[in-house]
Amino acid sequence: MTAAQPIVEFRDVTKRYGDGPLVLDTVNLTVFRGDFISLIGPSGCGKSTLLKLVAGLNPPSTGGLSVLGTTPKAARDRQAFIFQDATLLPWLTARRNTEMLLRLRGEPETERRRKAAALLDLVGLAHAADYYPRQLSGGMKMRVSIARALSVAPELLLLDEPFGALDEMSRFRLNEELLALRARTPFSALFVTHSVAEAVFLSNRILVMGARPGRIAAEVTVNFGPVRTRELRAEPAFQEKVNEVTRRLHGVEEHGA
Amino acid sequence: MKKPAGWMIWLLPVASGLCFAALWLGIKRLGDVSDWLLPTPVQILEAALQERSRLLVAAGNTALGALAGFLLAATSGLLLALLIGASRLLRAAFYPWLLVLQMTPVIVLTPIIVLWAGPGFPGIVTITWLISFFPIVANTTQGLLSADHNHVGLFRMANATRWQELRLLRLPAAMPYYLAGLRIAATLAPIGAIFGEYMVGNAAGGSGGLGFMVYVYNTQIKIPALFATALTSCLLGFIFVAAVSLLNWAVLHKWHDSFDRNDH
Ligand SMILES: Nc1ncnc2c1ncn2[C@@H]1O[C@H](COP(=O)(O)OP(=O)(O)OP(=O)(O)O)[C@@H](O)[C@H]1O
Ligand SMILES: [Mg+2]
Repeated sequence: MTAAQPIVEFRDVTKRYGDGPLVLDTVNLTVFRGDFISLIGPSGCGKSTLLKLVAGLNPPSTGGLSVLGTTPKAARDRQAFIFQDATLLPWLTARRNTEMLLRLRGEPETERRRKAAALLDLVGLAHAADYYPRQLSGGMKMRVSIARALSVAPELLLLDEPFGALDEMSRFRLNEELLALRARTPFSALFVTHSVAEAVFLSNRILVMGARPGRIAAEVTVNFGPVRTRELRAEPAFQEKVNEVTRRLHGVEEHGA
Repeated sequence: MKKPAGWMIWLLPVASGLCFAALWLGIKRLGDVSDWLLPTPVQILEAALQERSRLLVAAGNTALGALAGFLLAATSGLLLALLIGASRLLRAAFYPWLLVLQMTPVIVLTPIIVLWAGPGFPGIVTITWLISFFPIVANTTQGLLSADHNHVGLFRMANATRWQELRLLRLPAAMPYYLAGLRIAATLAPIGAIFGEYMVGNAAGGSGGLGFMVYVYNTQIKIPALFATALTSCLLGFIFVAAVSLLNWAVLHKWHDSFDRNDH
């Protein structure tokens, strides 16, 4: 492997909405290619805001931010965003939802048909391709949303609490599937979650954030390697990591209060 | 709330209808109201049968005017909503005036409309159009603006053009609203046409519509026939609403929550 290549760089970034209070205070952060970074922290600490800055959906108030070697906006077509509530268009079938981003890029119909079919197969939904979103369970919707995001082969995937609304079993399965997908189509990820176990299972780096004003309070490195199976969750080392992150999180919350 | 059983759905309206008829006859009997003022339901049905050919032709004429005005409103309403919904500038410039125009009772405008559009069919269609236009514009604009916040984010992330955003996101998201607007318009269009005929006169040269029949029967003091005309108008309105309901079903039943069969 060559030297780690930075793909996102925050330099003294602050953010406030309008003339409201400071939402993000002096964020310095470098994301390297291949990173899977989880953001965890109390509600309202600016996790979604940080993702939106990277996505170019919101500009920073001060400081410098470069994404994939350019501005967030210019880097948009090399990243994809996955929202908590799947954001499928209810009037389109799973297949057509999966095709949507390719369609917006003007990709020819036969080509996007082929890609969407392959991706739905990959997330185990080939049989549900013609279902409308209201016929899909929460987990299935999220799988379609993942397939849609991966259709554009993003270098950077931004996920805002994608599994927050799911039951624990579905969440575990989707965690495992997400890692498996990553082995096939490599992407770096910024992943917002409220679940410590999920963060530990998925990430190589965990950023613990504090609130009022939002900031990165601590970073925890997770060295379980890229290949992780469900057995990992039962190992003592895993539990230790969970405890460590939880302690940091409590520290942040006591400070904030 | 508990849903009434299938047979109740049919029986209850029939029962309440019979109660209403009994009340009707009771009032006639007790108040000694003459047939001239308040005919019996049977007399009304007799009048409807007697006048059926004239009423049918009239209903056909009214349906034609109502349909023309409705279709005009359905297309122009959608187009105007698209213009207003697509641009913040146009919205700011025109929406307030649209509301002002909506507040203006069409009845006040009738003489002007006749002056401009001419009597007969053009005037009737214009009045119908004017009456059914606003709910369509207002609803559809609302729908275009109420696209899901995250869906908009998704499109922005994908560098979608404004045209793509309008065509692939806002327009389909506005469909339920547009159809709700059409449904209101469908109840208003026959009313508008009948009102227009009443004010403007003959529809399709010679044979008038239901509104014209109201005028005729009124001058002839044929009260049961007037009631029969009301009944016919009611049926016409029902056909319009049923047609839009069918359209609504065809467009939405596959994906919209309002057609979820597993609903409680
Ligand atoms: N569009 C906006 N306009 C004004 N203030 C906003 C906006 N979006 C977020 N905020 C404020 O910024 C702060 C951080 O919000 P953000 O959504 O980033 O938090 P979060 O960490 O994602 O919270 P949660 O865990 O509840 O999702 C909050 O105080 C919120 O009120
Ligand atoms: Mg959030």
